[in-house]
Amino acid sequence: MNQAIRNSWIVAITLFALLFGSISYVQFFGADALNANPSNTRQLLKSFCSNRGPILVDGQPIAESVATDTDCKYQRKYNDPLLYAGLTGFFSKYAGQYGLEAAMNPDLAGTSNDAFFERISQAFTGSVPQGLSVELTIDKNIQKMAYDMIPDGVAGSIVVMNPKTGAIIAMVSKPSYDTNLMASHDKAAVGSAVAELTKIPGINLYGSSAYKQVYAPGSVFKLIDTAAALESGKYNKDSVLPNPANMSFPGMTYTLPNYAYGKCYTQTEASFTFALENSCNTPFASIALDLGQDAITAQANKFGFNDKSLGIPDQVVASRFPGSQGALDAPALAQSAIGQLNVQATPLQIAMMTAAIANGGKQMKPNMVQTVRTPDLKTVSSLVPEELRQSTTPEIAAQITDWMVSVVDNGIASQAAVPGVKVAGKTGTAELGDGLNNAWFTGFAPANDPQVVVSIVMPKVDVATGAQLTSPNASKLFKAVLNK
Amino acid sequence: MSQLATVAKPRRNTELLLLLLALSVGIMANALVNLNLGRTFDNDFYTQAAILTGLSLAVHFTLRFRAKYADPVILPTVVALNGIGLAMIHRLDITTGDSAGPRQWLWTSLAVAAAITVIWFLKDHRILRRYTYISLVVSVVLLLMPLVPGISAGDVNGAMVWIKLGPFTFQPGEIAKITLAIFFAGYLSSNRDLILLAGKKIGPLQLPRARDLGPMIVAWLASVGVLVFQHDLGSSILFFGLFMVMIYVATSRISWILIGLALMAVGGFAAYQIFPHVSRRIDSWIYAFNPEYIADASFQVVQGLFGMANGGLLGTGFGQGSPETVPLANSDMIIAALGEELGLVGLFAVICLYALLVARGFRAALGTRDAFGKLLAVGLAFSFALQCFVIIGGVTRLIPLTGLTTPFLAAGGSSLLANWIIVALILRISDAARRPLDLSPSPSNEQQKEVPTL
Repeated sequence: MNQAIRNSWIVAITLFALLFGSISYVQFFGADALNANPSNTRQLLKSFCSNRGPILVDGQPIAESVATDTDCKYQRKYNDPLLYAGLTGFFSKYAGQYGLEAAMNPDLAGTSNDAFFERISQAFTGSVPQGLSVELTIDKNIQKMAYDMIPDGVAGSIVVMNPKTGAIIAMVSKPSYDTNLMASHDKAAVGSAVAELTKIPGINLYGSSAYKQVYAPGSVFKLIDTAAALESGKYNKDSVLPNPANMSFPGMTYTLPNYAYGKCYTQTEASFTFALENSCNTPFASIALDLGQDAITAQANKFGFNDKSLGIPDQVVASRFPGSQGALDAPALAQSAIGQLNVQATPLQIAMMTAAIANGGKQMKPNMVQTVRTPDLKTVSSLVPEELRQSTTPEIAAQITDWMVSVVDNGIASQAAVPGVKVAGKTGTAELGDGLNNAWFTGFAPANDPQVVVSIVMPKVDVATGAQLTSPNASKLFKAVLNK
Repeated sequence: MSQLATVAKPRRNTELLLLLLALSVGIMANALVNLNLGRTFDNDFYTQAAILTGLSLAVHFTLRFRAKYADPVILPTVVALNGIGLAMIHRLDITTGDSAGPRQWLWTSLAVAAAITVIWFLKDHRILRRYTYISLVVSVVLLLMPLVPGISAGDVNGAMVWIKLGPFTFQPGEIAKITLAIFFAGYLSSNRDLILLAGKKIGPLQLPRARDLGPMIVAWLASVGVLVFQHDLGSSILFFGLFMVMIYVATSRISWILIGLALMAVGGFAAYQIFPHVSRRIDSWIYAFNPEYIADASFQVVQGLFGMANGGLLGTGFGQGSPETVPLANSDMIIAALGEELGLVGLFAVICLYALLVARGFRAALGTRDAFGKLLAVGLAFSFALQCFVIIGGVTRLIPLTGLTTPFLAAGGSSLLANWIIVALILRISDAARRPLDLSPSPSNEQQKEVPTL
């Protein structure tokens, strides 16, 4: 009988051993995974009242946690919220988290591995735990200037970045909103603010950013056709392209008209220089039909289209080419090649494409976090420029740059010129019907030593307004960044 | 029958020393709760400290008078567990505004009084053997009570296991655990010769005769009945496990275990197929993190896991976590609450206390000289182990979560009462085990009936 008792004891001890194992798993080995589980709101609930790290622009906090005298010890506060809503997003108990507040949460909340030693020392010194501070690459003056360039009532975006480092200098979108309304600890107030804001056309609380909104890119996409043409080997800088006033397709009634507002109609054949200067449609449509859909898609991907994994650090919405599944027929491919139909791009994507051309074909990873610091200002991490991909060869990039310079010098982007500086640029007008267009400008300066890329989109405007809001503003931004 | 020789020393002073240690654990825990949640040390704190000390000393002195050879580790272990439980329930009351604390204090006092009564009046555990069949009847009555209209408290959290007695609700199944153990011990100690010697042998397996399988079938039916009619999977596993370990210890036959496990597998599979509440429970265990279950069926266990993960290695400290976000944090999920605030380290210590308690129960079983005592001690000790496994395993998602109470920790009167009575019985048996031979009075002629050592 005693042997059986001993055997039962072994069973009992085995049961306890299993418990030790499962507890060790839950509280130690699997704890990080459980804490990171998207359904786990514990860390989040805790951090609504905690001293989150600030988000800084030029040393000034644009988002900070200020002490309150309620049970909830800290309240998130956004300074100049309209200017920065598209970057900071918000950290709300009742409306979710968005933007940098969401993407940088582990650092801001002080729970990331980077903050590990900070947590330990705070535990020992008994000081109030504080998250890490996040300094942005944004230039406050440029940001303000760009924001003011978008007139009220136009849902435009402007991206200014450094093509050599990928650092974002300014990124603005309108219409904007006060993110403080989301961060309130008053549930009813947040609820009614959300209801009010969602009524305003153009406001998307979780997507009003230049890296979340997509627009038809129109003619700026022709730069990708050009790169694809040169890369195929079938074309060179002296190639002569067909430039019919209307492009017809065998067996179809649809015809693709050439661009109406330039000199395109003056000749039926065109060089790349002429086609780009005047933004003619049919030469690029014919390139796309010649090279085929796959070649254009491959080139678009090399410039960053269809990339679902990019974070700056917040997740960037992937730009789409051709934008619908499956093979395009000839008219659809022709329209897609000039950035119409289902092709969609974020303003950031257009800036990245331009930056790759500016940087000798090398596309740098865009980013807006310059440094992460502990509360006592020790640097935890800082921005290291990172090559994302080789978008095209340095030779092709240089060739396209030359053509873009002539677009500004002699072509339809002449208002982007800056005295004493060689500016490279390309405009775009994606037709939306009813006489409205997405007006684009994208370019960089100086062309011989690119320091700054500017991409502007002013959606749903008439051609004259679009022209006024794009190239002249780009010129001002070039001047401001280059101190001219 | 063999027994292990222990130097026959009372060891009551050792117990007193350990008791002071155990009391300081409980009282300090309560103090930490007050400190960390900004409560002042009002009269309640000192009253509670005094009550816990008084109750523990009352048991201690009862042992000095009535069972002076009892195991000195058991009482301090239980006092420590009970104290930690009271502190955690108090801590949860503060955040949730509940008032489970005072009720738990009341029940602790009642339970300790019951334990003292048992130790005082039950001079020898073998007396219980006379009540073998009465225990069976009592068990059946207790198990049926929650189904009787009038006193049934109806469906609480999906199970029909509660009765209403005036302002109190009570879980008679907890007491049935004791009476069933007494019945099994009495029945098996009387009939083990028959069960052992009769039956066909197939290979290494000695199969029991069909008629000897009777009690096994009855136990199985009772377990299944609890599951089917009361929707109480945890108690069902507990009763069946209790019976299995006792019949194994009585016969040393692995064949019984195999038959038992086979019956259980069949019953379990059938239950999974037939009863939606069982299949739902299993599915929400396997797919706990599926969006389909996470907000509803597995919400409780997943929130508990998040809490424990939040506590991590060292825990947040009493009052510093948010265990109140877990439903039923002070009863079914109290392990998750402790895990969050005391960490992996604290929870290891708590489980070590349980393992220690179970070990001392087994030690009493090894040491005592009569088959009835051995069976009863093993049954009761193993029921603690199994209960811990079922509930803690459920909370940590090792097995599906079922509604068993965590002994001594969880808020709940019936469980406290039953577990303190079990502790009294184990103390009584350990006293018999450790007492010098010549002092052992034999109220019956048990010893001659024992079969030689197996």
